[in-house]
Amino acid sequence: MIRLENVSKIYPGQGEPVIENLNLEIQSGEICVLVGESGCGKTTTMRMINKIIPHTGGTIYVDGKDISTIDATELRLNIGYVIQEIGLFPHYTIEKNIATVPIEKKWDKQRIAGRVKELMELMELDYDAYAKKKPRHLSGGQRQRVGVARALAADPPIMLMDEPFGALDPITRMNLQNEFIRIQARIKKTIVFVTHDIDEAVKMGDKIAVMHQGKLVQFGSPQDILTRPTDEFVENLVGHNRILKRFSLIECRAINPSAAVYKLDSERAEIIRRIENFERTSSFPVIGIIDDDYRPIGYIPMFKYEAGDETPIEDRIKKIKPIQTIEDSATLFDALGRLFSSSERCVFRMEPGGRCTGIITMGDLFEAVRVNG
Amino acid sequence: MANTFRWYDFILPVVAVILAVGYALYVLNNPTDAMVAGFVTPDRIISSLITHLYLVGVSMALAILAAFPLGILLTRAGFRKFAPLVVGTVNIGQTVPSFAVIALFVGILGIGERTAIFALWVYSLLPILNNTIAGVSGVDRSIIDASRGMGMTRLNTLRKIEIPLAMPVIMAGIRTAVVINAGTAVIAAYVGAGGLGEIIVTGLTLARFQVLMLGALYAALVALMLDYMLGMVERLLPK
Repeated sequence: MIRLENVSKIYPGQGEPVIENLNLEIQSGEICVLVGESGCGKTTTMRMINKIIPHTGGTIYVDGKDISTIDATELRLNIGYVIQEIGLFPHYTIEKNIATVPIEKKWDKQRIAGRVKELMELMELDYDAYAKKKPRHLSGGQRQRVGVARALAADPPIMLMDEPFGALDPITRMNLQNEFIRIQARIKKTIVFVTHDIDEAVKMGDKIAVMHQGKLVQFGSPQDILTRPTDEFVENLVGHNRILKRFSLIECRAINPSAAVYKLDSERAEIIRRIENFERTSSFPVIGIIDDDYRPIGYIPMFKYEAGDETPIEDRIKKIKPIQTIEDSATLFDALGRLFSSSERCVFRMEPGGRCTGIITMGDLFEAVRVNG
Repeated sequence: MANTFRWYDFILPVVAVILAVGYALYVLNNPTDAMVAGFVTPDRIISSLITHLYLVGVSMALAILAAFPLGILLTRAGFRKFAPLVVGTVNIGQTVPSFAVIALFVGILGIGERTAIFALWVYSLLPILNNTIAGVSGVDRSIIDASRGMGMTRLNTLRKIEIPLAMPVIMAGIRTAVVINAGTAVIAAYVGAGGLGEIIVTGLTLARFQVLMLGALYAALVALMLDYMLGMVERLLPK
């Protein structure tokens, strides 16, 4: 969808190029995050794609067409643009701000009105409350929602986003990031996303392009960047706790828990067999106990078993109150948090319908990172 | 809301009209001597006022027509570097005393209206030019960036974004210019262009304070009222 071939940028009168020989290919429907320190050329690279900054060498293809053959206005009308400062027009109402590109494209009034309503709904902005307000009456988070809605207005296949959530407080930023990921899953835009925050890059990106001094130093999936940094620069950028960051890439449903769950009534014999035959070498010897409707009951720590112990199963079950569960769409990072905050040995992994599909222990977390590394 | 008017918004025009009419009636009814009585007539006051307004109006209109587009041009990429040069040149015109400008151009344009209008035009350029440049270049860069980045043409960005956002500053320049202009317009009398200055000059020549005062009061009230009216116009413009 977007392809940069040997692209470079030299400002007149400066010997050193700000962008040197950049090659990058961004697939349709993907978020590609350009990440790096300030001045590394990430914003310049993004702004060359919609010709705000003209490139001086190489070729940029958008949708297979060399952008130097496309009129700048024409090109930009089909590329959404979101910047950190948002740049809403203070003298326009929210409605008119969002309608900017459709008005430039000369859509008819009815179509514009319908589209504005639809977008405000998508971005969770109350139409009746805000459509006729001016930007100064909105909070920072709401303004950035308007900024995103405005960029999406004419349904461009491509979006350029320059630190769109950078100026927001951490909680608002997290909410908007999560929402945007949810929306993107539906709208499947091709997105170039610029940030200096590696955590945001890992979270938002399908692909991450790490830039340093005008050069692309590594390009790959977040997993690649975290597990196999190509050089010291990338390693420093991702930081020493990159193992922890990888936790936030893996969903709970993706792992295969080492400890099994058993139904208390229908699998009683199996439970007894497991307790009597457990291996003392296994690192977290627990089994999960559920009822016949797959609802978690508790767990049995097996290392407490001595040969000949006749304690009934019911008395062995450690009941956790409240029972610690985690949705299988949550990340291992969330599971880790749950394990620590409850100081229990396991959390119950739940399907959306409320069925328990396994328990996750600390051992599983270590294993997941080891295997994926 | 900014567009609703309260009773105190109308104090100034009411006071101005009472002052103007009251003082005129006082002088008309209590002339100190025959010379004052002969000179101060309702017809003369009104025709001087109309000429004054005409001089101010024409010179202001010409100044806006020249300074506004020039100011816009000097904020465009490629012309921005000429802004200090042009503003500097216009500034020189401003620093020369108004009398000197008039005297200078009497030699070229001769006696009469044209010279007066030209001098007033020169005087009104700078505030409008300066404020147009300041207003347009003061528009937040990120707003322009967003506008251009989304695919608005240069012309539309200027028309729909930059000028409307710069309007309060430009209007302030126009109001400054109108006050200077209406005040300076009294010297038009010296080149035979008439106006309220004629009443002042007559008062000075005849050494009649009442007459002098009449012209000065009217000139001041005209300046105040024009500024007031532009302020009202500004409030009525869509925000």
